[in-house]
Amino acid sequence: MEDLKRILAAHPFFSGLKPEYFQLMVGCASNVRFDSHTYIFREGEEANVFYMVRQGRVALETFAPNQKPIILQTIGEGEVLGWSWLVPPYRWSNSARAVQPIRAIALDGKCLRDKCESDNKLGYELLKRVVNVIGTRLEATRIQMLDVYSATPVALRHNEKEFQ
Amino acid sequence: MSRLALNPNPMLPNRYLVRSVSKETHDTFTLLLEPDQGASSQPSFLPGQFSMLYVFGVGEVPISISGDPGNPGHLVYTVRSVGKATQALTGCPPGGMVGIRGPFGTNWPVAETRGKDVIIVAGGIGLAPLRPVIYHVLHHREDYGHLFLLYGARTVKDLLYRKELASWAKEPETDVYITVDTGNQSWRGNVGVVTNLFSSVKIRPEQSIAMICGPEIMMRFVVRELESRGVARPNIYVSMERNMECALGFCGHCQYGPYFICKDGPVFSYDRLRPFWDRHEL
Amino acid sequence: MITDESVVKGRTTIERTGIGAQAVLTVQQFENLIPALHHRSYEVIGPVLREGAIIYDVVEKLADLPAGWTDEQRPGHYRVKPRQGKADADALFGYAVGPQSWKRYLHPSEVRLFSAKRQDGVFQILNNNQPLEPSMKRAFLGVRGCELAAIAIQDRVLLEGKFKDSVYQHRRPGVFIVAVNCTQAASTCFCTSMGTGPGVRQGFDLAVTELTTQRGHQFVIKIGSEAGAEVLSDLEYANATPDILREAEDAIERNASRMQRHMNTNGIRELLYNNFDHPRWDNVAQRCLTCANCTMVCPTCFCTTVEDVSDVTGGHAERWRKWDSCFSQEFSYIHGGSVRSSAKSRYRQWMTHKLASWIDQFGTSGCVGCGRCITWCPVGIDITEEVHAMQESQVNALHPAKKEEHGRS
Repeated sequence: MEDLKRILAAHPFFSGLKPEYFQLMVGCASNVRFDSHTYIFREGEEANVFYMVRQGRVALETFAPNQKPIILQTIGEGEVLGWSWLVPPYRWSNSARAVQPIRAIALDGKCLRDKCESDNKLGYELLKRVVNVIGTRLEATRIQMLDVYSATPVALRHNEKEFQ
Repeated sequence: MSRLALNPNPMLPNRYLVRSVSKETHDTFTLLLEPDQGASSQPSFLPGQFSMLYVFGVGEVPISISGDPGNPGHLVYTVRSVGKATQALTGCPPGGMVGIRGPFGTNWPVAETRGKDVIIVAGGIGLAPLRPVIYHVLHHREDYGHLFLLYGARTVKDLLYRKELASWAKEPETDVYITVDTGNQSWRGNVGVVTNLFSSVKIRPEQSIAMICGPEIMMRFVVRELESRGVARPNIYVSMERNMECALGFCGHCQYGPYFICKDGPVFSYDRLRPFWDRHEL
Repeated sequence: MITDESVVKGRTTIERTGIGAQAVLTVQQFENLIPALHHRSYEVIGPVLREGAIIYDVVEKLADLPAGWTDEQRPGHYRVKPRQGKADADALFGYAVGPQSWKRYLHPSEVRLFSAKRQDGVFQILNNNQPLEPSMKRAFLGVRGCELAAIAIQDRVLLEGKFKDSVYQHRRPGVFIVAVNCTQAASTCFCTSMGTGPGVRQGFDLAVTELTTQRGHQFVIKIGSEAGAEVLSDLEYANATPDILREAEDAIERNASRMQRHMNTNGIRELLYNNFDHPRWDNVAQRCLTCANCTMVCPTCFCTTVEDVSDVTGGHAERWRKWDSCFSQEFSYIHGGSVRSSAKSRYRQWMTHKLASWIDQFGTSGCVGCGRCITWCPVGIDITEEVHAMQESQVNALHPAKKEEHGRS
């Protein structure tokens, strides 16, 4: 228990969080490992876990019927995996596959949600941090969408071709 | 053949021969050029400078020099085939003749960076004008601190200089981080924008000089990330790009605010560009 | 200092024939100027009336000049008309500037930079170190103060930077300049605001003030250089008495005091740098056609483009340089699109460059107040008005109370 609390407190996601909250959350926490190439979760499944990655790289993937799976983003050491556990309908929007052996702390999503309902201050602290993660990923995703390294970046594909 | 001195008139191209053309990606090739046998001397260049490459009867394009500044015997250019002139260049067979004017422009601050950590952030073909810095640092290792290379490309197939990336990663005091915008399942590296890489990089902002090259959008958010991590504006350098025709500051096309990219740049300190940086359609 | 020549040739001498000395000539005496220049192998370029405008072209004799003509200029309006007054009906320089400027000769609109040939995969630049055109001695007759300043500005841009423009370097040296002090500005002129006129101060070989009074049609000529003194020594002239000199000064001063347009250049660099998003740009963008007339007629605009051409066989290629304009859509084209895509951004670029960035680049304003851009803009955009509008909005923003107090907008 103490060990878990210490590990939680050391993770960058929780930086600045008051010590008493770790006591609150530790009941929802457990140490987990995943082998390389295993799926941590799949798109569409119920989202009930919040992962704090301690070691290894995770690939967020999506797929379409006529395409092979594409990695949209990788998440590594010191980052967090999954925010769909906090937002209804609590379903994963992408798949997560371990690219390397993963060590992480898994926090039970429902357990955390209940604790946030009863202690709104904890809820606010968690929400603040999750919103930050979502915001950063959103900004990055928008830039990825622009395909800036392409010879015909997205922004220019909208140009009417006045000249070659 | 009579010995031809290098043309002192900067408006006239000098003759070079293509020694080799190697394929980097589906649309990008690296050319190795040497002076036409008559030429008596070779201009040296500084990292970050560019040349105007001339294809007879077709036209000229500005291409950054991406070879080793310590070995100016051959001029190296990594060219992306996107138009008539670059198509002609990348399709040029060994022994073909190309005209070169230059080198032109300002250089990366390799002298000012001595004794400091070097943070190189490259996006896409932006790694080409930064490669001379890497060569320089690795050949003068004692003069520099830690070397960080953060490199983002579109996909794995678009990564340049793959063999060198692997060998650079093995150099002492050198960290190489690579990411792609999207990856396939056989890729075990990072996927995401190049700024994501910063979360794994332990930089010492007060003693670092950062050099960035890539599409302007990418440079904008990299600068933001560097500043948020405590790197001061005068210690951040960018390589700018605009329409270039004469490379001499006469045709007026390359102006960015009061600066002629061809002669006041292409390398600038971010500090100097700050008043103009966020302006649309400048 | 009396020269031996003048004594030998029995002409009236003046006290000094050195730089700064002033002589007065009749029309008949002034007529010998062009022959004196021809005698020294100069090709003389001067103002001529052609197709309804006063432009610059080769002149063989004084009679080629548009004597008795004047111009009427307003925003978007240019007409030549015969002079009305009795006394000055035959004035040779009784107009302001036309659509052309001397950059036509110094920084030509089309010039070949090199030609090359190719055989068996080997190409060669021809005429490697020789100029592609023969040397020509030219004399410019009728250079106004604003134009003199424009030439000096282009000298700085093309000769005093990191590189030298080889074409300009070939054409500029040795140009003989006969300047003219303006005594009749057009309504679009604002040289006084830019400190370039109407009188000329330096940079000329000879400077002429035309006087058309009851005393008769006369020309006061000031020597500006040794070359000028040398040419003048071929002509007959009389002492310029203090009276005549004062008359000449008065004519210039009168012209200056009647200048109709003004530009307040105080803080103009900061004004433009700090107002990148000013709504006035949207205002002018609605009117601007991006036709590029202003850049073509402007005597300091120097932008060019290069064009590589080859013949059908592919064995012969040339590179040509032509005037270009920042108003064109493709001027700032890079990687599939233009940086300055909107008309607004292009007008802003031109005006900001001309009045502000130029100062950082070359140490002076790029504008000489000749007014051509105002006259030749088809929709009559007035650069002085645009600057004024922006300045006013700053004043109003800072001192709204002041605005009410004076009852002005």
